[in-house]
Amino acid sequence: MYKYDSYDQAMVDARVAEFRDQVRRRLDGSLAEEQFRPLRLMNGLYLQLHAYMLRVAVPYGTLNSAQMTMLGDIADKYDRGYGHFTTRQNIQYNWIKLEEAPDILADLAKVEMHAIQTSGNCIRNTTSDQYAGAIADEVVDPRPYAELIRQWSTFHPEFSFLPRKFKMAVIASDTDRAAMRLHDIGIQIVRNDAGELGAAFYVGGGMGRTPMIAPCINAFVPIDQMITYSEACLRVYNRHGRRDNKYKARIKILVHELGKDEYTRQVEAEFAHLRTQNIEPPLAELERIKAQFADPPFEIALDETVDRSDPDFAVWLDNNVQVHKAPGYAIVTISLKPVGGIPGDASADQIRLMARLAKRYSFDELRVTHAQNIVLPHVRKADLHAVWQQLDEAGLGTPNLDKIGDIIACPGLDYCSLANARSIPVAQKISERFAGREQEIGELKLKISGCINACGHHHAGHIGILGVDRKGVENYQLLLGGSEGADTSLGTITGPGFNEEGIVDAVEKATSVYLANRQDGERFLDTYRRIGMAPFKDAIYAKDAV
Amino acid sequence: MKILTGNDLKTGAVTWWTGEGWSLHVAEATDVGEHGDEIAARENAARRVVAPYVIDGENGPDGPRPAHIKDRIRALGPTVRLDLSVKPADPDAGSYVI
Repeated sequence: MYKYDSYDQAMVDARVAEFRDQVRRRLDGSLAEEQFRPLRLMNGLYLQLHAYMLRVAVPYGTLNSAQMTMLGDIADKYDRGYGHFTTRQNIQYNWIKLEEAPDILADLAKVEMHAIQTSGNCIRNTTSDQYAGAIADEVVDPRPYAELIRQWSTFHPEFSFLPRKFKMAVIASDTDRAAMRLHDIGIQIVRNDAGELGAAFYVGGGMGRTPMIAPCINAFVPIDQMITYSEACLRVYNRHGRRDNKYKARIKILVHELGKDEYTRQVEAEFAHLRTQNIEPPLAELERIKAQFADPPFEIALDETVDRSDPDFAVWLDNNVQVHKAPGYAIVTISLKPVGGIPGDASADQIRLMARLAKRYSFDELRVTHAQNIVLPHVRKADLHAVWQQLDEAGLGTPNLDKIGDIIACPGLDYCSLANARSIPVAQKISERFAGREQEIGELKLKISGCINACGHHHAGHIGILGVDRKGVENYQLLLGGSEGADTSLGTITGPGFNEEGIVDAVEKATSVYLANRQDGERFLDTYRRIGMAPFKDAIYAKDAV
Repeated sequence: MKILTGNDLKTGAVTWWTGEGWSLHVAEATDVGEHGDEIAARENAARRVVAPYVIDGENGPDGPRPAHIKDRIRALGPTVRLDLSVKPADPDAGSYVI
């Protein structure tokens, strides 16, 4: 994985020193809050419902055990013993003291981490496929390209004050595991018939109050022009994006209002101009980065057999372990969704345990997933039982990946000052209600947001839940039919909302309709798409329904 | 009644104006009447609070209580981690926000 060079380290160290001085000036009164607020936000420090919250960047979700250990140590030293992994593959701490924030950034810098690009109207931390470099279906490892975007976008003077925040994702598989088409720019690395690498650009997607699926505006940009084309996309947006209205300022609105064809025409014109400026990073830099993402030294001729005689282990294998590209290895997803737990939360001890397991069993590498789980990407099959035992003892062995209990939930009104309703208690009640039935129900992606900003990806849930404020009372709308994969679709609201108990009952009724109607091999989403909304709506709103 | 709230500048802790200073407990808050903005400006300038704002409150059996659920959660702490709330020893503390 990527190692900082002297420039990277110097930039991050300088940023820490700069922020330390800014905090000092805030505390001594030299800076008022109106002056300080944008500065702290540029360093990931928010003022949330209960305290300051620090969001730490995990570029494309990849980190090593030393970094993961530091995240656990920060939870203990500066917070209240836990962290929350987010849908942007980051981690955030909820109880930060302003006076200690510079020390946290200094500790992060020791392990090549920071909180840059986790807030503000800049290009945010770029996300990617959590199985990158480990899965067989990818054209190439997408992370070198995400890293190139990180280097290009960090402190980019032209794009530090965009009309709104800007999110990019890079994948390299037809199976989209990063919700790529729900980003401002989604890039899929592809190979053409001549065997050349290129980047397919999907621009103008997003969730929030106006969810949109990004259209493909160029199916093949030569890979050595990826940054130049990105710059063209950003320039057109920066020039015409709606700075007059925060709610219409995202690029999805611009693409929608201009129309895909006109937006694309302007991008192509800008691209033609930029190509004369020779702004693409030198190929040698990409090659330098790619060399750092070379495969770890996989052993050959490993035993492929796994002893499945322990039934609990076998269930976990079937749920949380994926096929690896290298024979004898497997990809392990650690669920941060125990029954009744808080989605995405992990204690300091759990974080450090995962770091130790990565060090010993996964070539020192971990991934954070946008579904708020952790991945050990390269585990020998012979080690799976030992890994599972240690996870299980620590409460990290829940076998529910992509099942109804594997819920994405934003912090909601329990932590977030923007939220209108609590998300976590609903997630807890649903996971408790369906405990023990997850295998029977099969794949069912349920996502909960506590407000229209959709940090919990409710638009993209097979079942989505949106919390709203109805005259000071929490109310929950139900959506069906969303998806974030290669078959991306947006959920449809079923009808009137529910209270906290009612929404759990409504989910139960929806799953009952699915179970009564599913055909062989159908997921909840497949059945919904085949039979439509009507039978679900009839059951959910039937007065005598149980 | 009107209650003035904000966060402690250094620690970020949620605080409530008592008439003489800032408390971590909303039950100790005072009705600021029409003076909330004036007090907020003074305290903000003195760096004793950050992001102060006035909310609607109501008198309850234990003292002032925010009228809106968001501020009640703010006053208590996360309902899903009562061990981190201002009432860590009260298992029924979550009912406060409903």
